[in-house]
Amino acid sequence: MISIKNLHASIEDKEILKGINLEVKAGEVHAIMGPNGSGKSTLASVLAGREDYNVTSGSVTFENENLLALSPEERAQKGIFLAFQYPVEIPGVSTTNFLKTAINQVKEARGEKALDAVHFLKLMKEKMKLVDIDQALLSRSLNEGFSGGEKKRNEIFQMAMLEPKLSILDETDSGLDIDALKIVADGVNTLKTDKTATIVVTHYQRLLDYIVPDYVHVLYKGRIVKSGDKSLALELEEKGYDWIKEELATV
Amino acid sequence: MSTDDQILEEFTSKEYEHGWSVDFEADEAPLGINEDIVRFISAKKEEPQWLLDWRLKAFAQWKQMKEPNWANINYPKIDYQAIRYYSAPKQDKKPKNLDEVDPELLKTFERLGISLQEQKRLTGVAVDAVIDSVSVATTFKEKLSELGVIFCSFSEAVQEHPELIKKYLGSVVPANDNYFAALNSAVFSDGSFCYIPKGVRCPMELSTYFRINAANTGQFERTLIVADDDSYVSYLEGCTAPQRDENQLHAAVVEIYAAKNAEVKYSTVQNWYPGDKNGKGGIFNFVTKRGICSGDHSKISWTQVETGSAVTWKYPSCILKGDHSVGEFYSVAVTNNYQQADTGTKMVHLGKNTRSRIVSKGISAGKSQNSYRGQVEVMKRAENARNFSQCDSLLMGDKCGAHTFPYIDIKNKSAQIEHEATTSKIGEDQIFYCQQRGIDEETAVALIVNGFAKEVMNKLPMEFAVEAQKLLALTLEGSVG
Repeated sequence: MISIKNLHASIEDKEILKGINLEVKAGEVHAIMGPNGSGKSTLASVLAGREDYNVTSGSVTFENENLLALSPEERAQKGIFLAFQYPVEIPGVSTTNFLKTAINQVKEARGEKALDAVHFLKLMKEKMKLVDIDQALLSRSLNEGFSGGEKKRNEIFQMAMLEPKLSILDETDSGLDIDALKIVADGVNTLKTDKTATIVVTHYQRLLDYIVPDYVHVLYKGRIVKSGDKSLALELEEKGYDWIKEELATV
Repeated sequence: MSTDDQILEEFTSKEYEHGWSVDFEADEAPLGINEDIVRFISAKKEEPQWLLDWRLKAFAQWKQMKEPNWANINYPKIDYQAIRYYSAPKQDKKPKNLDEVDPELLKTFERLGISLQEQKRLTGVAVDAVIDSVSVATTFKEKLSELGVIFCSFSEAVQEHPELIKKYLGSVVPANDNYFAALNSAVFSDGSFCYIPKGVRCPMELSTYFRINAANTGQFERTLIVADDDSYVSYLEGCTAPQRDENQLHAAVVEIYAAKNAEVKYSTVQNWYPGDKNGKGGIFNFVTKRGICSGDHSKISWTQVETGSAVTWKYPSCILKGDHSVGEFYSVAVTNNYQQADTGTKMVHLGKNTRSRIVSKGISAGKSQNSYRGQVEVMKRAENARNFSQCDSLLMGDKCGAHTFPYIDIKNKSAQIEHEATTSKIGEDQIFYCQQRGIDEETAVALIVNGFAKEVMNKLPMEFAVEAQKLLALTLEGSVG
């Protein structure tokens, strides 16, 4: 589905990603782990098309298309979804109104018919059940005054509504208590199909107890230095990141 | 320049949509102002002596006055002798009804999206259309008159209802109120007049569309709304002008009189030509709008969406004279490129238990300057007066300015005054968040801005709300950062 080759990216002339290689196929869940400052969130942002970052070399192919040539909204329209680490507040705009605008723009870009109010509400009802979110929350201004848990749940709800092919969860577990974590993970698991893929970016192993990855990659100083299966995450949990740093130092 | 700045730049530099002009044959006064011009205008209108005298007195006072300079705006000195004070599209004879109106004129309004013909069939809004100095058509007159509602051009009212004009003209905004009001009083050419009799709830929105067409011409219209006891009216005002390189002066006066238990809602969508993206041309909009809640339990509510004009100087105000009277001011002012707006309101509490509410939303983009200036005055006799003011500013990019000047003057200890103010910036974060959900930049900005202005937009009548939302988006097209 997505193929990242030798990706280099910098912000204000500081190189953050120093040659990332990653291949994600439909039906797979990949976890990207790593210590703070290793470039995890940068990778998520670059894939979503955030313009603060300059891609200096390398390529990203999404469904046989050059992803890097697309604007952020085009990427979204093609099916890439980023669940934000810090979801942004938009006063005066309800989640409902926001999503209606988003869905209809996506549909328009795909040459599909816009949803009318009735069908949109029906879709909302259906997805609300899926991620167990309250109607009242959706009528409020987007993310304004939401608790950490509400914000993250709202992200997953948006994901459910937009039905992306590739979902990137950027530190979705940060700031969540265990109950909220479970709900978010349940949502992600419910939405998973053999046609979609998920990249979970996280610092801690605990989210991976609920969203079980097929592959775990360790990102360190802008490179993937180690890949493995779920056991790698457990090993990291147990030993911390230092042993990887040491291992790298001895090479 | 970051990409977001570029987006902002593009978004803010969209062209003005109504920038065309039509070649009518016009009946004009020579350039400049003097007593003869005042007499000329009055004669053209076949006015009674008392009104000519009123104009001449205003002119004499204007000559003694100085152009105010306290507002936070900069503009080249206006040469009052280079302006034409009267221009009327030539019509062979005065039209008696819409069918007799020059088809070119009707087409002009159709181009503006205001089909006067259509208005005949659609119920809901009655329109008075003013081009340059004269009213060209008023729709629904007959239907309204069945209820005793008078809605016609100001000139017509002078002829048909002199007693009402004599009684109320200048009663809220005296001729010598301020420099621009005095000028208007001397040379006003037309405008709308509306009278709602006792106990009548006006069944349709009344609206006036103003259009400046001729070059070098100032527009000085006068609107007078009188709502008698227990009546209600909702009034809309829209304005556009052609795109011209020179600045044009618009100095209007609006007076509202609300008697006991009467309620007047006045909504404006102001879209005068703002000048090009380098700040060339555009309308100087110096307007005096004031309403008096004369009777007990009366209410006046101003709602304005200000998107146009190179310079705006405007403070729709309420004098709360009647006990338990209510004044409201809801405003969205958008400035872009080199536009400057100094706008706000004045609430004067005279009566007991009077209440006022001010919600101002300023949006600045490009290199524009946007100021809120508001005054809340509570007089000695005004027991238990209450005011709530909220002034929010939204900045787009880092080259614009937002300013808030609240003045509060309290002479009665029982007053309760609240003032809230916020300033925020449309963040790249907000735009990116929208984009990541598949929304393009322009729609994202429109969404965010409309969210910001929602509380005010909700106050607009339906017919206007959709239009105003589009206008906000259009004005800001190209401006995020």
